[in-house]
Amino acid sequence: MRAIWFVAGAAFKESVRDRVPYTMVVFAVMMIAASYLISELTAGQDLKIIKDLGLAAMSIFGLVIAVFIGIGLVSKEVERKSVFALLTKPITRPQFILGKYLGLLVTLVVNLSVMTVAYYLVLFYMETTATATMRASWAAPALDPRQLIAIVLIMGELALVTAVALLFSTFSSPLLAALLTLGLWVAGHFNHDLRQFEQVVDSRAVAALARGLYYLLPNLAPFNVRAEVVYGIPVAASHVGLTLLYAAAYVAALLVAAIAIFRRRDFK
Amino acid sequence: MVLAIEAEGLTKDFAVGFWRPRPYRALDSLTLSVEAGEVFGFLGPNGAGKSTTLKLLMQLLYPTAGAARILGQPVGDTGVRQRIGFLAENPYYYDYLTAEELLAYFARLFGYRGADITTRVSRVLDEVGIGKERRLRLRRFSKGMIQRVGLAQALLNDPEVVFLDEPMSGLDPLGRRHVRDLILGLRQRGCTVFFSSHILSDAEALCSRVGVLVQGRLVSSGRLSEVLAFELKGWELVVAGVSDALRPELARLARSVTPFGDGHMLLHLAADAEPDRLLGELTRRGAHIVSLNPVRETLEDYFVQVVGATVARDERGVGA
Ligand SMILES: Nc1ncnc2c1ncn2[C@@H]1O[C@H](COP(=O)(O)OP(=O)(O)O)[C@@H](O)[C@H]1O
Ligand SMILES: [Mg+2]
Repeated sequence: MRAIWFVAGAAFKESVRDRVPYTMVVFAVMMIAASYLISELTAGQDLKIIKDLGLAAMSIFGLVIAVFIGIGLVSKEVERKSVFALLTKPITRPQFILGKYLGLLVTLVVNLSVMTVAYYLVLFYMETTATATMRASWAAPALDPRQLIAIVLIMGELALVTAVALLFSTFSSPLLAALLTLGLWVAGHFNHDLRQFEQVVDSRAVAALARGLYYLLPNLAPFNVRAEVVYGIPVAASHVGLTLLYAAAYVAALLVAAIAIFRRRDFK
Repeated sequence: MVLAIEAEGLTKDFAVGFWRPRPYRALDSLTLSVEAGEVFGFLGPNGAGKSTTLKLLMQLLYPTAGAARILGQPVGDTGVRQRIGFLAENPYYYDYLTAEELLAYFARLFGYRGADITTRVSRVLDEVGIGKERRLRLRRFSKGMIQRVGLAQALLNDPEVVFLDEPMSGLDPLGRRHVRDLILGLRQRGCTVFFSSHILSDAEALCSRVGVLVQGRLVSSGRLSEVLAFELKGWELVVAGVSDALRPELARLARSVTPFGDGHMLLHLAADAEPDRLLGELTRRGAHIVSLNPVRETLEDYFVQVVGATVARDERGVGA
């Protein structure tokens, strides 16, 4: 079991020493700064825009990290053959996969935390500089702690997407794995439309296919509560709980599949 | 006694061709055993299947047929991995780690803790001759230095069996010498060493036993002298001060006579030429012996001959 943590530690070290996460963080900070600029131009009326942009930026940058670093963590090892030395040490292939996943999860949590701090700092600035009339026009307070709900769900979605990336990277080339993961992410966000699609088509076969896809593809729409949070609409605790539970179950299934494939794999 | 390495009918097919994959047999029923304490040289030309064999032994590949055991356990057993070391061909480790960090990472995987890690890591790095550079990221290491790091990680756990795939490749003459000495040191400690090479001199200097692999088949194994038979192919004799009277006689005795500067002559003699008698005769008649050398079969000759024979047999097989 300790082996998992050692692999996770090395994976974390790798992603931190790769310059990508730093540029991500810098980028996110810039996005937030830009949204602040927008609010200046719109005379402080648009706290909503700032929140929207900030949360969207976190979600997108998190996605980029999850996909690109997530795929690199396994496929780079296989492609460059560093996996030869590692897998001949006293460590099993499942431990290797789980360690990689854990390491990336830690990377994502750290990145998202940094972005959250930056985000709240901008909001804090808004709060302190706003006039009473401006405050009265806000749908929700600037420092509304319920925004953390949206961020936690973003993290849940990223945990799922990372597991998808890891699964694809155990058997396909990095480029293909990236495309497949991004494709699945897009599909995941439009998945609930398949439900309606089922009702409008005549062909039973197509309807059955749509239903099958609906259940098979990850359903990512519930992870997006950014609009609710921005407009101050309450998000039910049960929704958060169930969505996170769904993420955990989906991740577990993906990891089992990744391990099953990786276990039988030849390293040429 | 438990054998260090056993392979039985080990076979590996790769699928080649994109549209209609056909199996390509990279290793064909390899049966082989290596006793504890032996230094075994696994020889063969490029593409013979040496790396494939090593990867099968490391369970980086799964065999198409057959099985292998290390220290009496099936390959892939994590307990056995605790007791072996492996250096891959042209290895790569992580660019972003320093040599010290890489080895500390592996040491933790071996289950060492605390100060034991630091002492082990610095000991193996000293052993392979990596000095201050150990604090640098591997990104900045040359091929030869990476090879040394690879050796260090293979020796980290004081292994009982070490597997080295072309350990001398990419090293300068000094580095090669260093690796030779390292392997000899391991041999003295009683460590079993299984290494692949396509260079005969490496094997000659180190091995107690060799196996020769050609086109995925083990064509012979045993002591180096037995395997290669070192057949005497003839003699090379250089003489000076040959009188004109002697010349026609020499031309009759030798396969070829090549005169070169200062009245020297290079003679190629048949294997059964009995050079002792000839030398006596020559000196008696006023010639001066400069040198006499046996001409033996080299590993290269052997490869050319065996590969030729194998290819010819395969072609007949296809025709039949
Ligand atoms: N992944 C692979 N796919 C197809 N053929 C391969 C693969 N790996 C190795 N081979 C073939 O198997 C044979 C043995 O290769 P290898 O074990 O690397 O030889 P060696 O190490 O003795 O030079 C070669 O003919 C090589 O082309
Ligand atoms: Mg090779």
